[in-house]
Amino acid sequence: MEPVRRVAGRMAPLDLADVDTDQIIPKQFLKRIERTGYGPFLFYDWRARGNFVLDRAEYSGASVLVTGANFGCGSSREHATWALRDVGFRAIIAPSFADIFRANCYKTGLLAVTLPESQVRHLIDLVSEDASAEVTVDLEAQQVRGDGFSYRFEIDAFARECLLRGLDEIALVERHETTIATYETHRAPWLPTVN
Amino acid sequence: MPKTLGEKLWDAHVVRSAEGEPDLLFVDMHLVHEVTSAQAFEGLRMSGRRVRRPDLTVATMDHNVPTKGGFRAADELSRKQMDALTENCRREGIPLHQIGSRRQGIVHVIGPELGLTQPGMLIVCGDSHTSTHGAFGALAFGIGTSEVELVLATQCLPQRRQGDLAVNVSGDLPLGVTAKDVVLGLIGRTGTSAGQGHLVEYRGPTIRALSMEGRMTVCNMSIEWGAKAGMVAPDDTTFKYLEGKPHAPRGQMWEKALDHWRSLATDEDAAFGGVIDLDASKLEPHVTWGTTPGQVVPVTGRVPSPRSETDERALRYMDLLPGTALADIAIDRVFIGSCTNARLEDLRAAASVIQGRHVHPKVHAMVVPGSTSVKRAAEDEGLDAVFKAAGFEWRNAGCSMCLAMNPDTLAPGERCASTSNRNFEGRQGSGGRTHLMSPPMAVAAALTGHLVDVRELL
Repeated sequence: MEPVRRVAGRMAPLDLADVDTDQIIPKQFLKRIERTGYGPFLFYDWRARGNFVLDRAEYSGASVLVTGANFGCGSSREHATWALRDVGFRAIIAPSFADIFRANCYKTGLLAVTLPESQVRHLIDLVSEDASAEVTVDLEAQQVRGDGFSYRFEIDAFARECLLRGLDEIALVERHETTIATYETHRAPWLPTVN
Repeated sequence: MPKTLGEKLWDAHVVRSAEGEPDLLFVDMHLVHEVTSAQAFEGLRMSGRRVRRPDLTVATMDHNVPTKGGFRAADELSRKQMDALTENCRREGIPLHQIGSRRQGIVHVIGPELGLTQPGMLIVCGDSHTSTHGAFGALAFGIGTSEVELVLATQCLPQRRQGDLAVNVSGDLPLGVTAKDVVLGLIGRTGTSAGQGHLVEYRGPTIRALSMEGRMTVCNMSIEWGAKAGMVAPDDTTFKYLEGKPHAPRGQMWEKALDHWRSLATDEDAAFGGVIDLDASKLEPHVTWGTTPGQVVPVTGRVPSPRSETDERALRYMDLLPGTALADIAIDRVFIGSCTNARLEDLRAAASVIQGRHVHPKVHAMVVPGSTSVKRAAEDEGLDAVFKAAGFEWRNAGCSMCLAMNPDTLAPGERCASTSNRNFEGRQGSGGRTHLMSPPMAVAAALTGHLVDVRELL
């Protein structure tokens, strides 16, 4: 995975809570067997209804999505993070994320950043008034910075390290092969096997 | 030190623990289906890796399988996706319950049926409703595709330790009130994210009195209030369900396993990070009115006034006005199915409401058993005949209209009484409107043509 240190760019606001992954990428687009090519289907149903905020010209090319609480709830589909990445988002800022979605973001190299409700509100108001407002999401400094503000965010230290260094998590786990093999010899004898 | 069930399960699976890092957990069973696995297998291939423990990995086809008209996928992409799973399983030596086979079914229905879901295990699957398996006193949760790849490669998963929450349910369930109403009532109270970062243990006399099927329904919807996992301590109900299942231990091993399983319950003095109390005796049948499972009220109630923009949006999508009596809402479709409510007991409870009556002429209703085994068992006791005589369609097993990846979908504007787990916008078909409820409530809606309190029909 490519290292992710900071994301700098314009924001796009999606001022809604409880946005579920069925909205982010509807199920009819989960049949592809690739990890890319989901961009055209991001928020497909909402876009099809017209006047969708992310389709406004002024938000085209935004790299930071600012949105409401419990973003990414529901289905575990990683296609949701793939689709967000495919259209150019590199960071998402929200008051909270669903657990599986946040894990998927990190695996996809998307910065899922949690800020208090009031600070997220400030960002949404800011970009709603001035679409050209830029922010920097700095993973190294753990800050979201813009003109006249700097917000500190907390993030799991290990996830941060993996993102900063672009680590292959499978390789990290494989380093513990001996420990895993030892654990395997101690498993209860009644545990099921399938072949 | 006294421990909770969750702590015991967690600790037993720690392969490696290091300061500042997530715990490395060992996965006892990895369940795989066609929709979230193809990219993971592809990743393995690209990096020259193999599946570490094909003997601890089992696959089925469920999400986009057709439920009628033979076993050929309705579209090219679905077929490709199922072919990819067949090929991946063949190459890696993973047993596959493919479409048309005796044991095929929804991944969370067949695991328990096969006895692959046992107390004390850690089970993962690329599917958020993996929490279902927690009903057996297992630690079970959904993962994304990259994590599926990681588990395929290493049989392990790095995870941060979670908090512990207890949900204490007491009081007898009134007539017509089911496990589904317990969990819908709970989510109505907690909202859709209160469980985030927590392992939830459902406890108390009401939970103890539930069958395994009922416990699975409750644990299944843990994810709908954001919990990492939901579980119930194993007891005689669990053991009775498991004994004799194909992969359950036998003979002396069974006795050994029982001793261990009995030690899993939360210790008396163990502390939870939070406790939620629920009085089941005051519960009524519940129905969702909005587009999240938390937007739910008793069927005797009315569509509430919006308290947020999310509520207003939901009302617009659902085409409902505040103050409307739930019982005045007409429906077009009924779906009885899904990993939440399509086990044999659910189908029995549903069929028992029919009592010779017929599906309302304006309603199209269908029953989709959770697995081929459930279908067969239901047919053996004549439930299919009861449903068919009443005008329900009787389908083959699969996820079907719970997420509508196969041809079973709502048309735009159609309103559905559904026993599934999510009422998100478009979940059952673009523009479709979903009301979640229990199987008896869904049948009552099918018979009357509108949302109705099933107790009026009993």
